[in-house]
Amino acid sequence: MSEKDQFKEQLQQVSRLVNGIMVIFFLMGAVVFYIMIDPELSLFKKEEPATYVTITPEEDDFDKIENGIHVRTGLKDADGLMTVVNNCTNCHSALLVTQNRMNEERWRTTIKWMQETQNLWDLGKNEDIIINYLVTNYPPQKKGRRGNLQFIDWYELE
Amino acid sequence: MKRRDFVKNTSLAGMAGLGIPVIYSHLLPEGYTPLGLQDPDPFTLFKKDKGMQVLNDKPWNIEAAAHLLDDDVTPNRFMFIRNNGLIPENIDVEKWTLTIDGESVISPKTYTLAELKNKFPSYTYQLTLECGGNGRSEFDPPAKGNQWTIGAVSCAQWTGVRLKDVLEDVGIKNDAKYVGYHAADLHLSRDPEKEPISRGAPMAKALQDETLLAYAMNGEDIPLAHGHPLRLVAGGWPASVSGKWVNRISVRNKVHDGPKMGGTSYRVPCSPVAPGEKVKDEDMCIIESMPVKSLITYPKTGAMISQNKTLEIRGHAWAGELNVRSVSYSIDFGATWQECQLDAPPNRLAWQRFSASMKFPEKGYYEIWARATDSNGESQPMVLPGWNPKGYLNNASHRIAVKVS
Repeated sequence: MSEKDQFKEQLQQVSRLVNGIMVIFFLMGAVVFYIMIDPELSLFKKEEPATYVTITPEEDDFDKIENGIHVRTGLKDADGLMTVVNNCTNCHSALLVTQNRMNEERWRTTIKWMQETQNLWDLGKNEDIIINYLVTNYPPQKKGRRGNLQFIDWYELE
Repeated sequence: MKRRDFVKNTSLAGMAGLGIPVIYSHLLPEGYTPLGLQDPDPFTLFKKDKGMQVLNDKPWNIEAAAHLLDDDVTPNRFMFIRNNGLIPENIDVEKWTLTIDGESVISPKTYTLAELKNKFPSYTYQLTLECGGNGRSEFDPPAKGNQWTIGAVSCAQWTGVRLKDVLEDVGIKNDAKYVGYHAADLHLSRDPEKEPISRGAPMAKALQDETLLAYAMNGEDIPLAHGHPLRLVAGGWPASVSGKWVNRISVRNKVHDGPKMGGTSYRVPCSPVAPGEKVKDEDMCIIESMPVKSLITYPKTGAMISQNKTLEIRGHAWAGELNVRSVSYSIDFGATWQECQLDAPPNRLAWQRFSASMKFPEKGYYEIWARATDSNGESQPMVLPGWNPKGYLNNASHRIAVKVS
């Protein structure tokens, strides 16, 4: 082997060494970059849904109905219930709804008042569903000018 | 990690998830849970008696029953709560200020709580506060709003400085007509641009000796639900005039126009209308002094007694701006009336104690009715007074049931 060839051979060895080192550096860089964007290395782990399972039963109970009553709000279970829950219990309690007994016209006025002054959104076609639910399930009751005394809890007075 | 810490951290995260930033959460003392996370049991939350009735939990509206109001001075645990918005969060008493502004002040002025307490003399009055809608549940056709029965009234002792002393210090113009309060409570929609309620009173009421900027109730800091740390207290008028959590008072050159000053809010037809009748906006007038009324606070309704016993009854009577001249009772559904013993009020605008003792002529079911008459000679009606769209001012006679055997 001539000196020239020997030099060529050494040059190629150095070149391969440098290339190899560069590849190693590049791979290390890639690993570091990947760790930066995914520190948990989640791509290499199996999904573990078990940690989320515990929430599911609560979600199921959230809109539980018991004895015809929507437990979370106390509203009667009937056509339109969830439309009422979703539109009428965000700002105020359902107790403010069930306390009130109004006809269709007065509910419409009340909804308009809430839209004008209380930031209630446009109910669209849900307005009729809500009013129908309210006048059907919570109709006005006649009280006259003065009712009988009610809910008397009788007790012995010494 | 300790379980408690874990629970605390997760619930704080949950709160952040609701869009509520928990600022300074690392400074929360151990064992302290932010208000929004607390057990929603209002009896614990507001230290109320278990006999109180929750009408609404958002916003909080809670009323007493007649027999719970027997004390001369109403303690917190029997005091009704009527809130229009959400109770303010993170009240810092050290940083709390009251600003007096409006068209009719010479120039606006701001006071810290300490300045108010140090600069002006303090006064204590026992003041009757009754919700304008107390008794609403009896109206027919039903009136819109919280369906109060009889328990939205209280007469606590309020301590504070006179609004008139503060207004004098600020300097008000001759055209001053009305004061309107602004407060730290949050609108139900959580829209920071909106006020849940901002009402007030004409200058004549604002300048009364008994109209206070109160910082104490019954000798202690005002409870949170009742307006801590500063409340405007105007006895004898609808309790909504007595703004809670007050941080600004505007002296206006016209009738104050804040939320719940117009429309059907705290207004009644200027002339009587038939039940259910539509009333035009311009035909509605703002409620000022509350009407004469009384409550039998002892015994509790439902008492069974033997015929040979004498029954002692007692209660309170009040008449807004006026005094109560007399109270009478009937055990025969209003056919005959007997006079009760009536005490003078401890001060103007406080309720008056009445009492009577009676025997029953025969066995059977009785109702005891109480009827007070004010210093102008006006009495409580035995049936519902004039219907109005929002069901205010029901001062019909209070009745309790008694069985004699």
